[in-house]
Order: sequence, then C-alpha cells, then structure tokens
Amino acid sequence: MTVGLEHYLVVSVGLFCLGVLGVIVRRNLLVIYMSLELMLNAANLALVAFSRYHNDLNGQVLVFFIITVAAAEVAVGLALIVALYRKRQSAHVEDLATMKF
Amino acid sequence: MHDLFFYLFAGLTLLCGCLVVANPFSRNPVTSAMFLVLTIVSLAGLFVLLHAFFLAAVQVLVYAGAVMVLFLFVIMLLDLKEEARRKFKTASVAAGVVSVGALGALTTKTVWTSGVGQGLTPQTDGATGALGRMLFTQYLLPFEIVSVLLLVAMVGVILLSKKDLR
Repeated sequence: MTVGLEHYLVVSVGLFCLGVLGVIVRRNLLVIYMSLELMLNAANLALVAFSRYHNDLNGQVLVFFIITVAAAEVAVGLALIVALYRKRQSAHVEDLATMKF
Repeated sequence: MHDLFFYLFAGLTLLCGCLVVANPFSRNPVTSAMFLVLTIVSLAGLFVLLHAFFLAAVQVLVYAGAVMVLFLFVIMLLDLKEEARRKFKTASVAAGVVSVGALGALTTKTVWTSGVGQGLTPQTDGATGALGRMLFTQYLLPFEIVSVLLLVAMVGVILLSKKDLR
C-alpha cells in the first residue's frame, strides 16, 4: 500500500501517545519534560504531513513558529527546574508534591 | 523507494521514542536525552520525505542542536544521583499504560479509517522560497512577535537563574 497521509498521521499519534505515557509513568522531572517535547514533535509531524498532502504552506509556517516557541519554552522551563532543584534538592516528582514552602 | 525510507524513519522514530520513555536498561536521564536526539533526527528525515526541507534543517539545527544541548547542560548541572529505585507502583504504571494504549488505539483506528487522505496528491515541492515569502509578508506580525518572545524568554531565564534577586 503506498504511503499516504494516514501513515504519517498514525506515526504522529503513536509518538504523541508515547509522550503522554512518559508524562504519566516517569517520575523524574527532566524525563517528564522530555516527553512533553516528544508530544510537540508529534504535533509538528502531523502539521507537516497535512501541509504536504493539502498543498498548503500554512502548516509549515505554523511548524516554524511552534519550533521557535518550543525552544523558548524549554529555556524557561529548564530555568524553573534548576531554581526548584536549588530549593528542594530533588528532581523527583514525589518530593515536589506539596506547594508548601 | 520512498515507502522503504518512510518505514525506516517511522520505525526508527517510534523505537527511539519508546526508548526515551521506557528504557529497560537504564533510568539515567542522559540516556533518555540521547534517544530524544535520535528521535528528533529521524523526524527530520520524515520531514525531508514530506518535502519540507527547510523545516528539516531547522529541526536539526534548533531542536537537536540547541534545545537538546540545553537539556543536557541542565542534566549535567543538576548532577542527579542515579535515582535510587523508589517503590515501583506497578498498579499505577499498568493503569497508565492501559489508558494511553486505549487512547492510542482509538485515535489510530479513527485516523486510519477516516479516509482523510483520499484523493489527495502531494504536489508542493521544497518551496523554501515560498515559505520565506509567506513568513515575511503574510505572517510578518507573528514573526516579529516571536522575536520579541525570544528576547523576553532570554531575560526571564537570566532572572530566574540568579541566586539572589538583587
């Protein structure tokens, strides 16, 4: 069967589900953040596939912006994680379960 | 030929994605980061197959080259001890896997049988020039706003990593 839009979308869905699994199952804050990036990449793949098969470049422009915003988000998120680690001396989700100071 | 490359890159992407999340050999976050880099690179391969050459290059340069390097810096900085195995709650992990698996199966079945790609012939070629033209004419405002966003993010990160706010 020739590779069509559905194939790319199935790969995107699979990658997204792996990202959600990572966020739910893993307990290390950094690996949870990496699974978040995995979800963003899955969305990027879906957008580029749609853009190609519908002959519309707007999808690619949106992916460009998503990549940029994701890079900014990663920088800020990692700064937050570092600040949190300095405070609590742990990057394990179970140690960070309380908002109490 | 195109199909062979698609299956190769798609398989590589999903395998490396699996190994980011659930590596049976090591719980070190560095291993996860390495496999995430591989996932991103194979995704760039998929982008090339979809004729999005500029985006493939941007993906490798920005995501694999900057974002993942930042991740690795922070992992090294935090110097996490090899996490002492905490009590591994099998029930919650099983529940997570089952629910995400169900979600994935449902979505895959919907996408596969929805006939989204029927009668669509891909025609756009590389079109880096056209993409650039769109960015600078139709999407000029979001482009400038994103540059301001990057500046703001940089200032925020510097402020957040100060030891005392003085």
